[in-house]
Amino acid sequence: MSTTGRRAGTFCVLLIVALAVQATRVQVFQKHDLDHNSANQRATIQRYAQPRGNLLVAGQPVTGSAPTGGRYAYKRTYTDGALYAPVTGYSSQTYGNTQLEGIHDDLLSGTDPRLAGWAVWDAVTRQQQPGGDVATTIDPAAQRAAMQGLGNQKGAVAAIEPATGRILALASTPGYDPGTFAGTSAADQNAWKKLQDDPDQPMLNRALRQIYPPGSTFKVVTAAAALANGVVTDIEAPTDAPYPYVMPGTTTPLNNDTGACDRAGLSLDEAMTLSCNSVMGYLGVQTGLDRMTAMAKNFGFNDARLDTPVRAARSNFDTEMNKSQLALSSIGQYDTAATPLAMAMVAAGAAADGQVMYPQLVDKLTKADGSQVQLMHPSLYHQAFGAAVAQQLRQLMVDVVENGTGRNARIPGAEVGGKTGTAQHGVDNSGTPYAWFIAWARPAGSTAVPPVAVAVVVADSQADDVTGGGLAAPIARSVMQTVLNR
Amino acid sequence: MATDSAARAARVPRARRAGTGRWTELVLVLAAVGLAVFGYVEVGVNLDGKAPPDAAQYGAALGVLALLAHGAVRWRARWADPLLLPIAVLLNGIGLVVIYRLDRNPGSAAAPTQLLWSTLGVGLFTAVLLLLRDHRRLQRYAYVGAFVALVLLVLPVFFPPVYGSRIWITLGPLSFQPGEFAKVLLAVFFAAYLAAHRDALALTGRKVLWFRLPLGRVLGPVLLIWAAFVGVLVLETDLGTSLLFFGLFVVMLYVATARTGWIVIGLLLSALAAVGVGWLSPHVHSRVTEWLHPLASIEAGQGANQIAQSLFAFAWGGQLGTGLGLGHSALIGFATKSDFILATVGEELGLTGLFAVLLLYALLVARGFKAGIALRDPFGRLLAIGLAALVAIQVFVVAGGVLDLIPLTGMTLPFIAQGGSSVVTNWIIVALLVRMSDLARRPVPEEDA
Repeated sequence: MSTTGRRAGTFCVLLIVALAVQATRVQVFQKHDLDHNSANQRATIQRYAQPRGNLLVAGQPVTGSAPTGGRYAYKRTYTDGALYAPVTGYSSQTYGNTQLEGIHDDLLSGTDPRLAGWAVWDAVTRQQQPGGDVATTIDPAAQRAAMQGLGNQKGAVAAIEPATGRILALASTPGYDPGTFAGTSAADQNAWKKLQDDPDQPMLNRALRQIYPPGSTFKVVTAAAALANGVVTDIEAPTDAPYPYVMPGTTTPLNNDTGACDRAGLSLDEAMTLSCNSVMGYLGVQTGLDRMTAMAKNFGFNDARLDTPVRAARSNFDTEMNKSQLALSSIGQYDTAATPLAMAMVAAGAAADGQVMYPQLVDKLTKADGSQVQLMHPSLYHQAFGAAVAQQLRQLMVDVVENGTGRNARIPGAEVGGKTGTAQHGVDNSGTPYAWFIAWARPAGSTAVPPVAVAVVVADSQADDVTGGGLAAPIARSVMQTVLNR
Repeated sequence: MATDSAARAARVPRARRAGTGRWTELVLVLAAVGLAVFGYVEVGVNLDGKAPPDAAQYGAALGVLALLAHGAVRWRARWADPLLLPIAVLLNGIGLVVIYRLDRNPGSAAAPTQLLWSTLGVGLFTAVLLLLRDHRRLQRYAYVGAFVALVLLVLPVFFPPVYGSRIWITLGPLSFQPGEFAKVLLAVFFAAYLAAHRDALALTGRKVLWFRLPLGRVLGPVLLIWAAFVGVLVLETDLGTSLLFFGLFVVMLYVATARTGWIVIGLLLSALAAVGVGWLSPHVHSRVTEWLHPLASIEAGQGANQIAQSLFAFAWGGQLGTGLGLGHSALIGFATKSDFILATVGEELGLTGLFAVLLLYALLVARGFKAGIALRDPFGRLLAIGLAALVAIQVFVVAGGVLDLIPLTGMTLPFIAQGGSSVVTNWIIVALLVRMSDLARRPVPEEDA
């Protein structure tokens, strides 16, 4: 019996060895898949086991964390949720994380390896790091001015510091409060469902994620292309633009909104001040498709990966068009479409001597104790044109505000340059037009780079007189004034 | 007998050199208690930031019990294998710590009850060592034991089922699983019967095809009793225990007769039983499906079943574990402290801790087999081997179930899982192994005979 006993003993021990092998399979080789299984709540529990790091505006947190007493120990709170929602995005235990909350989620939830003191030791002890903070570039006063200016209209504002590309304000209305669905309760779910079902799409970030036909504000790009390529050298000199201007290959003349434009040989300055379609369409065609495309590209058009780090939607300027299409595109119609951010970059480029900076929403990343994890530096996106062209462009924009369609943007004691836009849309232009205004401003007498450039779009307003100058310019003025008074 | 005395002569000096091993045992027992106390402190520190106030009580209680058991071994089984008792103390201690930790999840507090049952278990351990001076006396009660075991197994049929199985006897606040006690009695009966009839089983019989079938009159009683057990178990839908008894039966029959034909018959019978039960019982059918596709319910949008939750727990533990108290065992659902307690061990102590626990079981089993092989009486041999095999198979069946190695059958992990009948029974098993190892290792028969 000792031989059979030994064999049976070996068999019994092998049974236990089989368990060890299976345990190794599960705990080592299948670990990754099982940990990331959608039905496994452990990762979510760990994520909310500690207070989340904060998003800072001007050094002050605009977010917080509140203990829930539930399985997910802490949930996100927002001090002024609706005001900063276009900047922060949301962090919801049920619906995930978006925008800055999503992009810097590792840092905020404490799993970013850069937070670890001594990575190997922390991995062994499984010590969870407190979440780090994300400092944004937002100017709280400008943000508030932008949101208040939009009020209950549907629209968006993007304001940039031209010298650095720092985003000072990013507003979108109608808005939402991300704090209403941060948790897992029935109330959270109802709030989310209500937002999802709202036909006005309150959770759409219109400043970054929505493209609109830019209308006449795009004429700044056309003017820049014409000046930079020598199609126009003197903004005061008469151009050879004919009237009426029949679009090449068609019998259709390009119409103007005002009779003052209806004559041949207007100067570029007059054409911009009065926003003459016939002149700007003609100049766009004279500049040519390639050079127009190249100039649009300088401001972020046709870039599908423009990250602030929140990715902006792709602004469009077609690269294959016939001349009549090019004429329409040159005045911001046809397929031309832009985010408010891209149009703010146009104004900022003019303000900063042709230097278009990367738009940047985050200043720096820090650990919970405030020590630096990463500092963001301004970086050049494109050198769009030279200082001389910039000087001419600024003169054109100043004249628009001083003498033209942009008078509502004038600020006492400041030099303001801008351009209005009123974009028709809908079938046969049946929709309420989009009212646009792009601008920059600096203290009167200053020769420094203007501290602020802004783009405003008001869509589907209830107002009777829908024009960029009437609706959008006052909002731009209020945001710029706030920055100038800082 | 000439070889016998020669072997004895050769063994004497070696055994003297080795000593009785009692001091080794004492040190190991104290180390086991120390490890358990360390576990309590870790639970407290991880959950509350400080050592739990009742850690000292638990540690002291476990320490007193362990020393009591050690004293009994010293007094009545001084040549016993010095590893058996420390392993039992450590496994029981780990069980108490994990149950204590799981008490922190919402639900009833089970650790004090478990400590009470452990006390009873150690009491019975001591009683067995004091009252049973020679295991061979058990042989006389083999048939009585088998009858008692059958009665114990039938009784739960008259009590309400718990989680679909009629395996519990509930009397007011007390409840126990008679199947746990029955398995020891059954091992005793098998050992006695096979020791008496092994020659007939091994040497006679007709040759059919390429192996020899045993005679009907020898095989008959065994099959009859086995069928009675399995039949009752099927009625109670207690698959785990059926599997355990069946494995025990096959292993002991093989050891006694050295006939591989038995293994073939055993496998055929088990295949038949498995197909039959799987066909008749939807309960079993669903468990087989869950075993083959543990994550299927998730893909079907019905959320994770208990096996999936168990696998999630093991995986989350990884190689080093989350640390005691820092896992998420509450997600596993019911039976966290009994059938699924190993998942918490895997999650909070990691693969490392799980290996340590499996190693303890392997050592316990190996030491049981070692005692059995060293014994010279066939009954003792078969009994020690049978008891060791019981532990091995039970560990395999329950751990294999929660690790998705085999279908889940629902059994208690020896010593670690919550459950009075289980802890008490396992202490009795260890007591019997200690008793037999004492005889197996005793160097000079004259000393005590």
